Amino acid sequence: MNRAAPSSLGPLRGAPTPRLSHPREGTEETGQQPKIRIRGLRKSFGDKLVLDGIDLDVMPQTSTVVIGGSGSGKSVLLKCVLGLLEPDDGTIEIDGRDVLRMSRREREQVRSHIGMLFQNGALFDSLPVWENVTFGLLAQHKMARREGRQRAAEILGQLGLGPSVGALYPAELSGGMQKRVALARAIAAQPDIMFFDEPTTGLDPIMSAVIDGLIVDCVKRLGSTAVAITHDMASARRIGDIIAMLHHGRIIWSGPPTALMDSGNPEVDQFTHGRREGPIQMELRR
Amino acid sequence: MNAVLDSLAVVGRGAIGACRIAGSLVLFAASGVSHLLRPPFYWRMFLRALVEMAYFSLPVVALTAIFTGMVLALQTYTGFARFNAQSAVANVVVISLTRELGPVLAGLMVAGRIGAATAAEIGTMRVTDQIDALTTLSTNPMKYLVAPRLLAGIIALPALVVIADILGVMGGFIVANLKLGFGVGAYLSSTFDFLRTIDVVSGLVKAAVFGFLIALLGCYQGYRSRGGAEGVGSATTAAVVAASILILAFDYVLTELFFAR
Repeated sequence: MNRAAPSSLGPLRGAPTPRLSHPREGTEETGQQPKIRIRGLRKSFGDKLVLDGIDLDVMPQTSTVVIGGSGSGKSVLLKCVLGLLEPDDGTIEIDGRDVLRMSRREREQVRSHIGMLFQNGALFDSLPVWENVTFGLLAQHKMARREGRQRAAEILGQLGLGPSVGALYPAELSGGMQKRVALARAIAAQPDIMFFDEPTTGLDPIMSAVIDGLIVDCVKRLGSTAVAITHDMASARRIGDIIAMLHHGRIIWSGPPTALMDSGNPEVDQFTHGRREGPIQMELRR
Repeated sequence: MNAVLDSLAVVGRGAIGACRIAGSLVLFAASGVSHLLRPPFYWRMFLRALVEMAYFSLPVVALTAIFTGMVLALQTYTGFARFNAQSAVANVVVISLTRELGPVLAGLMVAGRIGAATAAEIGTMRVTDQIDALTTLSTNPMKYLVAPRLLAGIIALPALVVIADILGVMGGFIVANLKLGFGVGAYLSSTFDFLRTIDVVSGLVKAAVFGFLIALLGCYQGYRSRGGAEGVGSATTAAVVAASILILAFDYVLTELFFAR
């Protein structure tokens, strides 16, 4: 996690110790149980194999960023972990329990401890901002609406948005504000695990840095475990304790952000430096 | 020989596709009904859908019913005059409206208005990940989006049809009284003497079924829409067309059940 990130969210829990989240290093070498443990995850759509045996450990209270090209399966990986897609094969354990073998009710219980920031925000158009932010609290935690409105104002305030924003509808907000409201919704229930899908896509560099800083702050303050997917290298370095690269449906490299730009892996080097020539060949139709 | 086999293959693929869609729709309906019967129930979503379906559809259904009643009285009078049966105008108007035209026309009007709006709203939620967002917030989309709308459809359409029946009869009465020279007392007594409970009840049962179908098709098409704005547009069209066809098909089935001897 980037220690230089702006801190506007109050006291943080003890800083986590970054751990390499490479397969099999979590349980077998360090003895610590991973928060999320993925083994042999496969998913295909028709003939197209998207995930080809993903192995990944995400240690508690760390931030893992998965990078990879467009269409490499990053979003599919996240949706499989969230239970939005059913994988063809493999296991996904959260806190040692295989979520793929859970009942619907158990899965909902697990999801109630997960916050998710979608790529485009996915805010509910028909609800005002304050109801978007406290949706989970109102629906699942049976919070009173008046209390929900106050709670939303508090959370929005932590993310630099005034209380008047709560009464607006998502369509009335700028892209950066929508992203912050979506982040507010993701953290409202103080989740143990947070997922971020392309958190800075479509934002200018300054707003991207602001959003990254807020993500880092929120994750630290809540002591959550975070998994982000992005192809924005600056964002990956700001958010991640560990960065893993997904290519051809597999994790081909993982390491700390400091090693990212000089990984020694030709695919990773081509990707991080944005080189046109290299082992990764873009599929272009002429 | 190959051409014949190719033609059969096309027909077979079409039949399999139709069966797949029908099966998927039935499973979706069963899931929606099962979520309707199990808590939690989202009352705010239900009330919102009910207001949208009943209150905001009232003007279009009312106008349709009034003009239909007026036209029906006029056509019946001119048609029945060939057989010197003009006195049956009141009976034909009230029977036609309560049994058939009230529920069918209200159903078609609401299908155009609400079926399209529902498919567009849920379809947009699908393609912008809002339905996935509901799931990640531990809220079952079938419970939150579909079940309340199904119940709203079952309640809203019969209420609209009661109003449509009254206004349709009133439209017929206006034409009969002002243009065709029927007396007020004679027309109304002829209307109510001839009307039976089954005429009204069968119309209301039809309306409840049509309301369910409209909500179901709107939700189903929206829920399964893919591919951005174009996908949502296709879902909207499909919702209205499918609901309209099913309304007419179920109208026949229900008429058989109620009145065939």
